[in-house]
Amino acid sequence: MFETLKMKLWQKNQYIPDIRNAKIKDEFRGLPKLCNEKCDNCMACKNICPTGALSINPLKIDLAKCTLCGACKNICKGAIDFTNYYKLGTDSLDKLIVTQEITPEIYKKRAIEIRKEIYSIFNRSIKFRQVSAGGCNGCEMELNACSNANFDMGRYGIDFVASPRHADGIVITGPITKNMAYALEDCYKSTPNPKVVILCGACAISGGVFQNSTELNREFIEKYKIDLYIPGCPTHPLTFINAVLDFIRKKD
Amino acid sequence: MNYYTMKNSQRINLLDIPTIDFDSLVSQLSITNLRPIAFFGADWGENIKLFVSLADDEKGEILTSSALINKSQKEYNSITAQNPQYHMFEREFYEQFNIKPLNHPWLKPVRKNQDSYEFFEIEGEETHQVAVGPIHAGVIEPGHFRFMCQGEKVYNLEIMLGYQHRGVEDLIIKNPSNQLIESVCADSTAAYSIAYSEVMEALSNTKITNKAKLIRLFALEMERIAIHIGDMGAILGDIAYLMGKETFATTRTLVINTMLEITGSRFIRGLIKFGGVNFDISDKMIKKIIDTLNYVEKTTDKMTYAALNSSTVISRLEKTGYVSKKTAQELNMVGLMARSCALDLDSRFDFKNEFYSNIERKPFNATNDAYSRFKIRYKEIKDSIKIVKFFLDELKKFQNEDLYVEPNQLIANSFALSIVEAWRGELVHTATVDGEGRLSRYKIKDPSFNNWWGLSMALRNNVISDFPLCNKGFDLSYCGFDL
Repeated sequence: MFETLKMKLWQKNQYIPDIRNAKIKDEFRGLPKLCNEKCDNCMACKNICPTGALSINPLKIDLAKCTLCGACKNICKGAIDFTNYYKLGTDSLDKLIVTQEITPEIYKKRAIEIRKEIYSIFNRSIKFRQVSAGGCNGCEMELNACSNANFDMGRYGIDFVASPRHADGIVITGPITKNMAYALEDCYKSTPNPKVVILCGACAISGGVFQNSTELNREFIEKYKIDLYIPGCPTHPLTFINAVLDFIRKKD
Repeated sequence: MNYYTMKNSQRINLLDIPTIDFDSLVSQLSITNLRPIAFFGADWGENIKLFVSLADDEKGEILTSSALINKSQKEYNSITAQNPQYHMFEREFYEQFNIKPLNHPWLKPVRKNQDSYEFFEIEGEETHQVAVGPIHAGVIEPGHFRFMCQGEKVYNLEIMLGYQHRGVEDLIIKNPSNQLIESVCADSTAAYSIAYSEVMEALSNTKITNKAKLIRLFALEMERIAIHIGDMGAILGDIAYLMGKETFATTRTLVINTMLEITGSRFIRGLIKFGGVNFDISDKMIKKIIDTLNYVEKTTDKMTYAALNSSTVISRLEKTGYVSKKTAQELNMVGLMARSCALDLDSRFDFKNEFYSNIERKPFNATNDAYSRFKIRYKEIKDSIKIVKFFLDELKKFQNEDLYVEPNQLIANSFALSIVEAWRGELVHTATVDGEGRLSRYKIKDPSFNNWWGLSMALRNNVISDFPLCNKGFDLSYCGFDL
């Protein structure tokens, strides 16, 4: 027991004190920064993009599809860059489209609209059931990391629970394979009302790199209302926690 | 037997691979001592071509052969009946090409789900079944487990996978990219991306720089360190030793955040590409990495010491989920799990690699149980930290080299196979190029493909509450298996 206590002393406090304003390394690829003037229409970026997230004239990156791999930035002569702004979650698909005009401030302002019916119920606590439907274990590991001693989202009353019966909503990762479509819908139906649906990661939002696969069944996405889109490949824990907090809290 | 002997990541002409009679290939595979590492079919006009690659671990060679099968042929005598190492391979081949192996002991679907699924059943007093999944209690991938129990004791665990099947092998032929291959199995991002790049470089005869090779191997070892630390925490979490769980979780964060600083992604996304790598490691960064690793090693030492001095930890780990060396060999288990069962397979050293040749291969004293699976991770973290430091030192020799070389076109009628020791074990990517220079078949064999059956054997005669502990000890991939 003393050895265990000694470890606590060695470890000290590991948590990030302020998740809302946590700093992230400059190298992190977050919100794209585009500049039409520097673009010479060479199409190289469009050809190299693995998911078709990018279009030119004017430059546009759709975060629903973007895996933030940085291939376009590496091939471009300066028109495309990535900032380290990580609060990427939005409440609708069209807000995920980034153009030259979108700066972090503008993105933040419109990203997630405050809804009374959400914050009046979930303000203090929200519990999720996570369903991996073809996820590559990247988003899953990052969602696990949300609960570790560093990020500790439990302090805000956000948690993953073992049963859909105990959940207020489901978090979907992965492009939704045919083989998981039934189980996903079953899980959704087992979650009591009122409930929310969150899509986490480029695969869940658009199919990502698997969008052309014949083994997917994405009917669920069309059938039910999606409340929150959290892009990334995989989604960073700070991106996830901040998006959920913006969603359930009236103000900071 | 008629084989073409090749090296790891070497391009050979498709026409050089001997094509022998299917029946004689099958009968020879039934008696050979060499491990199968690839066994897959490809559409060949009116026929199906079956490729087989065997590993000669002692010589570090790969023996490849093939057979042509007419599409009208619907069955053959199974190899598995004589040689159980082919068990999963034959099931997969049957599912993809519908040629039935007769007398296969357990011919079930691999990835295609069926409404009714077979499992070993026991009957009698106090027997019961426990069905778990596909959606599990934790935040993990989907799979279905069926326990056959009498009282608390598990007589058999049947594992049903396929929920994650995304059709990766077809997608990669249509649109090959590093980004796609990195998303096949995210905990082995570096390994998958290296295997893919090496296959493509072999097929196109592209020679990348030593600097790029070293940065890739550095990423591979960092991935191993990060995941092993995370797994040690998860094993301790599953026996409710929370100090260990959280300490290892935060220590893993340090390693993956270092990778974020180099590559812009905690999961090493975007570093490796066909032709080289995207990011360099500066001298300043090298110093920072070494400082971080020193701290990581110190914390891992202290935490492991504290955990293994706790009698409650030891009593849960020791003699739980025993898998004998003989079983591991029969099941064709590979990598970390094979080594924890005293079967010393490590493709980094077995298949000669210029950068690993100066590194000492240290033996591990295996006890074949959950304790062994915990201890081997600790050992490999220590080894990998030394390897990383060695690679960073080597990197200084090649400072002036380029990171990236413009790749050549794929060469028509080629075959190449690349083996990479991912943290789970031997990952094999095989690809063929047709007469017009296009990828015609891409096959991935994840180490989990071999090892899932081992988990089932580990559970036999254990109590059902030890399942999480055994499962975390194996920590196999669902998506790498399902593709």
